[in-house]
Amino acid sequence: MKKNTLNPNKTSFLQRIHIDGWLFLSLLVLMSVGLVTLYSASGQDTGQVERQVTRLALSVAVMFGIAQIPPGAFRRLSTYAYIAGLLMLIAVLLFGDMGKGAQRWLDLKVIRFQPSELMKLAVPMMVAWYISKFTLPPRTINIVVGFLMVAIPTVLIAKQPDLGTSLLIASSGIFAIFLAGMSWRLIGFVAMLLGGFAPIMWFFLMAEYQKQRVLTFLNPESDPLGSGYHIIQSKIAIGSGGVDGKGWLQGTQSQLEFLPERHTDFIFSVFSEEFGLTGVIVLLIIYLCVILRGLIIASRAQDAYSKLLAGSITLTFFVYVFVNMGMVSGLLPVVGVPLPLVSYGGTSMVTLMAGFGMLMSIATQKRFMSR
Amino acid sequence: MHRKRQAIRDHSAEANLFARRASIAFIIVVMMLGVVLNNLYSLQVKQHEVYQTRSNGNRIKVLPVAPNRGLIYDRNGILLAENRPVFSLEITPEQTDDIDATLDGLTQLMGITPEERESFNSSLKGQRRFKPIALRTKLSEEDVALFSASKHLYPGVQIEARLARHYPYKDALTHVLGYVARINKKDLQKLVEAGQEDNYAATHDIGKLGVEKYHEELLHGTVGYQQVEVNNQGRIIRVLNVDPPVPGKDIVLNIDLSLQIATQQALEGQRGAVIVSDVKTGGVLALFSNPSYDPNLFVHGISRKNYSALLNSPDRPLINRATQGQYPPASTIKPLLGLVGLEEGVITEDYTIQDNGRYQLPNVSHTWRDWRKWGHGKVDIAKAIEVSCDIYYYDLAYKLGIDKISEAMYEFGFGDFTGIDLYEESDANMPSRGWKRARFNQPWYIGDTIPVGIGQGFWSTTPIQLSHSVTTLVNRGERIIPQIIRGYMHADSTVEVIPLKTLRPIEINNQHNVDVVLNAMHDVVHGKEGGARHTFADAPYQSAGKTGTAQLFSVGQDEKYDAEKIDERLRDNAMYVGFAPFENPEISVTVVLENAGGGSKNAAPVAKKVMDFYFRDRVFDTEISKVDE
Repeated sequence: MKKNTLNPNKTSFLQRIHIDGWLFLSLLVLMSVGLVTLYSASGQDTGQVERQVTRLALSVAVMFGIAQIPPGAFRRLSTYAYIAGLLMLIAVLLFGDMGKGAQRWLDLKVIRFQPSELMKLAVPMMVAWYISKFTLPPRTINIVVGFLMVAIPTVLIAKQPDLGTSLLIASSGIFAIFLAGMSWRLIGFVAMLLGGFAPIMWFFLMAEYQKQRVLTFLNPESDPLGSGYHIIQSKIAIGSGGVDGKGWLQGTQSQLEFLPERHTDFIFSVFSEEFGLTGVIVLLIIYLCVILRGLIIASRAQDAYSKLLAGSITLTFFVYVFVNMGMVSGLLPVVGVPLPLVSYGGTSMVTLMAGFGMLMSIATQKRFMSR
Repeated sequence: MHRKRQAIRDHSAEANLFARRASIAFIIVVMMLGVVLNNLYSLQVKQHEVYQTRSNGNRIKVLPVAPNRGLIYDRNGILLAENRPVFSLEITPEQTDDIDATLDGLTQLMGITPEERESFNSSLKGQRRFKPIALRTKLSEEDVALFSASKHLYPGVQIEARLARHYPYKDALTHVLGYVARINKKDLQKLVEAGQEDNYAATHDIGKLGVEKYHEELLHGTVGYQQVEVNNQGRIIRVLNVDPPVPGKDIVLNIDLSLQIATQQALEGQRGAVIVSDVKTGGVLALFSNPSYDPNLFVHGISRKNYSALLNSPDRPLINRATQGQYPPASTIKPLLGLVGLEEGVITEDYTIQDNGRYQLPNVSHTWRDWRKWGHGKVDIAKAIEVSCDIYYYDLAYKLGIDKISEAMYEFGFGDFTGIDLYEESDANMPSRGWKRARFNQPWYIGDTIPVGIGQGFWSTTPIQLSHSVTTLVNRGERIIPQIIRGYMHADSTVEVIPLKTLRPIEINNQHNVDVVLNAMHDVVHGKEGGARHTFADAPYQSAGKTGTAQLFSVGQDEKYDAEKIDERLRDNAMYVGFAPFENPEISVTVVLENAGGGSKNAAPVAKKVMDFYFRDRVFDTEISKVDE
């Protein structure tokens, strides 16, 4: 079966069920690593592991379902999804539920729903749709419109406030524009503009706790028992893991509960403590496989929309990995971004796997598309 | 329309552009993951040791473990101070569903008082929820039984045991053993100064008085350590390593418990002190100061009411009269002064005076009187001791002069600490010219010397000094420091005896002089006119001694001393020093009775009771021989 997936010209069983073998295998390995680490991080709580298995199964089902939808359908849905998402974001700001000090949830009576999760896919879809309407590389005016499409939801989500998600959404849109061939000169100009935007963000857009996080990031030892506690304990966990790690279930920082948020955002610290640099390298290679496979799928995609969407989803996945690893190891400030497919938690996992479903669809459904 | 525009797109150029961009993106991805990896490499390899240390610092705590305090035995191996488990009722808030309901239940079960409840509630606020809090600290056996029967009803409530000192013989040994009590701020400061605070890190109690205080270093032992792993709450997860404490040494005292109790009984109803010493070793066989009190009261913190009762009692039970009480020695020092006179050559064995009841110095109007108004007639040194002739001693004091008396008596241990292993000791006062100058800024008058001849005037002694001087006399100048401790008890019940502590001996020029004095002391007990002859008439052993009656109240010239008319606290102190058997002395007995009257009538009978017990009534325990050698 695997052999067949390497050869796109043959119709294999996997292709018939619209699954990209390499990508799916990499994702399954990641999920397994996640479960093994979660068992340790949760203090051997099988209940928590079981709930995570349920979520993973649900996410895989969602991925599988979406993989069956032809890419053309995504393209046609792009504008509706984006507009619906935008309206809901505004609704959240007006009547959303408070949860942990941030207004992220929309209570639809039947289910509680985070519109920002929808936007994680809707924004790259919208930008890809818009940019791919024109010939590539895009003209400056198109790029400006594209940036606007990214900026509106980003600001709305940042105001909830949810810095992590707004960062992910902003990057997903920007990646689509970048992949479309935005000129390097323009990229330099935007980079400068963003540099100028930083102080405005600091003084006008960021909430006090977000500023605190940045300050803590710059010098965690200034408040070792308060806001710096998380990052200090996380660095101790990672550093004390060494090359070989302390062994599964043997991480003292995690098992003795010195490490906070150890089964969610800081699960990578648990992993690093118990499996050491060796384990970290293996994990990075798996993530790199996913990203590489995603970019290959994007390059082989039939049309510009599919390419941009697949590329954007893949690179956004990378942003998850980079930001999470960066923040727990003291490279980046702590913004709430989970380690994809490893951290405990539901909503973002479903979104991630829905994205991979789109990738699968793009990877396997091209031969049925008309030119 | 769209299709049409797409048709003119250069698909392969767009695909190439995208592939280029995707490649660049992948390179950037690899580079950025490289940055992450580099950072992790720095944490996990370069700074690994720093973080390893910090990780261990998080989880590993070193806890001190208190050593068990050494036990105290009497010379026959009877336990005098033991470590008993005391039980306290503790509640762990975390394991208790409803603390108020639990408290209500316990109140009904064992009558928890509102005060106990209040103190529990106040410590509840400031503590970690998994740490047990004491509700009642000293459970009675009944409490323990009551609670154990319904323990299952109270999750999170448990009985905790800890070792605490207990003195089974209560007030019989208080002034010897002293007691331990909780380490207070002052103790802590002393420990810090001595560099001992680490050694006491886990210790609850410290010796506050008596042998417990003097031999604290022996009894305490050395702290041990426990390396434990804790979680972020500080809860102990497991013990990693134990460096066990070294328990304190078990010590054996010279005290003979049965004799000690006999002295307590002999002193019953009297303020005063009795010391029984082993004259061969200087060992203190019994030492009792009456009144006494129960030292166990102090171990768990004495109540304010009980403490002020002890402190304000006119009988002053907190004072150790045997070592701290200062009394004029009165006639008990006549044998010693006689020996000094003979040794100095100011008198001879045959030298006599004519005692008509009065003594006057040339050119001094004051008249000193004998205790017997009409005197004793012709008196030599032997008779002067036997009948306790005052006039002879006024004359002897005059002949010797204060400098010689003072110097000689200082050698016998007066005016200085004996060095007994108790911190509660007074050096009393052996007067001298220098002392009077320093104390009153006055010259020494000849009139000050005369009463010193009969152990009065400025002279004061402690009972332990008197006891020590008798030991020195009996040993013909060999000076052995009195000691309560005898040695160490090893695990196999053998005793390692501590060598005697001695001082440079007093040189005796002529041993016959000692015989004269000792024989005279024998006459006090067995002679025709001896002051203690009636008391010891039926004694089955030969002993020697000297009575003393110390005046606390100056009777005016030509006035008669009338005990009935004088305030009780100003009545004479009754004194007695003695030793037995006469031929081969084993023990000395020193008795001081405050405001009891004459020495021969009151103190001698107490000494006899003690000697009778030692030589006649004492049951010789077979254990003794085993312990002794």
